Amino acid sequence: MNSARSNPINAALMHGALILYTLIALFPVFVILINSFKSRKKIFREPLALPDAESFSLVGYQTVMKQGDFFLYFQNSFIVTVGSLTLILLLGAMAAFALSEYRFRGNMLMGLYLALGIMIPIRIGTVAILEMMVATGLVNTLWALILVYTAQGLPLAVFILSEFMRQVSDDLKNAGRIDGLSEYAIFFKLVLPLVRPAMATVAVFNMIPIWNDLWFPLILAPAEETKTLTLGSQVFIGQFVTDWNAVLSALSMAILPVLILYVIFSRQLIRGITSGAVK
Amino acid sequence: MTALTLTNVHKSFGTVDVLKDINIDVEEGEFVVFVGPSGCGKSTLLRTIAGLDDVTSGEVRIGDTKVNQTPPSKRGIAMVFQSYALYPHLNVRNNMTLALKQARESKQVIEQRLAEASRMLSLEDYLDRYPSELSGGQRQRVAIGRAIVRHPKLFLFDEPLSNLDAALRMNTRLEIANLHQTLGATMIYVTHDQTEAMTLADKIVVLRDGRVEQVGSPMELYNNPANQFVAGFLGSPAMNFLPAKLLQDGDRNTLGVRPEDLFFDNDGPLEITTQHVEHLGGDTNVIATCQGHPITLRLFGQQTVTVGATRRVGILPGRSYFFDTDGIRIN
Repeated sequence: MNSARSNPINAALMHGALILYTLIALFPVFVILINSFKSRKKIFREPLALPDAESFSLVGYQTVMKQGDFFLYFQNSFIVTVGSLTLILLLGAMAAFALSEYRFRGNMLMGLYLALGIMIPIRIGTVAILEMMVATGLVNTLWALILVYTAQGLPLAVFILSEFMRQVSDDLKNAGRIDGLSEYAIFFKLVLPLVRPAMATVAVFNMIPIWNDLWFPLILAPAEETKTLTLGSQVFIGQFVTDWNAVLSALSMAILPVLILYVIFSRQLIRGITSGAVK
Repeated sequence: MTALTLTNVHKSFGTVDVLKDINIDVEEGEFVVFVGPSGCGKSTLLRTIAGLDDVTSGEVRIGDTKVNQTPPSKRGIAMVFQSYALYPHLNVRNNMTLALKQARESKQVIEQRLAEASRMLSLEDYLDRYPSELSGGQRQRVAIGRAIVRHPKLFLFDEPLSNLDAALRMNTRLEIANLHQTLGATMIYVTHDQTEAMTLADKIVVLRDGRVEQVGSPMELYNNPANQFVAGFLGSPAMNFLPAKLLQDGDRNTLGVRPEDLFFDNDGPLEITTQHVEHLGGDTNVIATCQGHPITLRLFGQQTVTVGATRRVGILPGRSYFFDTDGIRIN
């Protein structure tokens, strides 16, 4: 930053606020992590104490590994999240390209119709969705979840991506047309690389709710072989007894994959490659 | 042979007519400049030739072929855009060879054409750089190189110099003129800058409101404008327009005189009051009023002119133009 414009007091206040926010945001994660390594008694007696030689225990992790097929749940969550994100990004970007690039009758209406989904929560339609899934025989398959999450994510994706695609220079696309690129090649080779930051934004916005969702797995795919991680963790929470060691351990492990995905996407958020394309 | 023929070309966006009845012939090897104020339809005309826009009616022929339904890449054209439109994620080499790769040319041909074009534009040292690592002038040269490698029948330039600074603009203008001589290719060039039009063109097409106002060589248009618009558009400083009644009582026409055809003359027919003097070194421009009408004189060399003085001015014989109330030239 330019030293003439930076003021040490302002900088300190700004960083102070950001650090405070970071601490608040990380605190629950921190508590989950430390307690997952403690014995049950210590969790309740001193919830904020770090695990030491006396209180250290891996009993939670052992329970998680023994009970239920935890790796299968992991895998299910991963397939559903990655599958839905792929479909949301691919279909959303294609729809956004059509809306932003081509002039056709009803373009505006179509855009509004697609954006309508942002305002209506998909859970209102749960019963109808369940009936449809039963009719198509998709209940208790991962496809049921992938399709529902794709439908849930598409409106916002189309809305955000079409805004970004409008900003991609027309000259660039026309240069591609003159150079003999097909419309698909223009979409995949020219436009998609330029809206990559927007794609990453959409991916991050969609990823976390999908990973954490309990509602649809519980209703559409509660079978043992299609359980997601969030649903799988519920076995440790009972009406009368809750195995807190196991719950905390399961949650700690559930954070990891989503953290990795987030890091991958957020790198894209920062990278801007448009500079130099057009003046 | 004719390189491009436009016959009765109309183009409308909804109810707005952008191009009205355009008829233009371009000969092989000609450098044609479309010039006009912004919004006159010159860029749209270029885009219909390129195939980026469809014509509403009329016929576009490139060479002997009617191309109304032909996609841009199959028309044998290459286009240079105002914003360069380089592919940001490809280096210079790949930017220039993409079209050839799409057309499935052999590696040998691609290498040879790339070498030829990069030598012509002195781009050899930049082939592995990305567009973001190049200066504006270099980017524009890459954009021109991308057009050259395709060996097109027709080069289309859409205001290629507008984004460059003045000095660079002049250099690039010369480069384009040289390129036209070396390649002998047919080029169509769109600009709103009359200097570019005058210096580059074999033939100028002046457009206004989607219509062709006049077509001709630069000097033809300069010396023999068909109407007041063309007369005022070409030449800098622009032609002076005064009511003809200043010369002759009761005349309702408009008198047009170029600034360089005026000179101080104690017996001259016009009386002016000087307001401002621009010393350009080679020339001196005198901005004045003539009975309330603005008038500009362009005097050769460095002259001392008093501001606020009243002087009489004469017109070189045979250098006055007259236009009727509709702006049409009267001989």
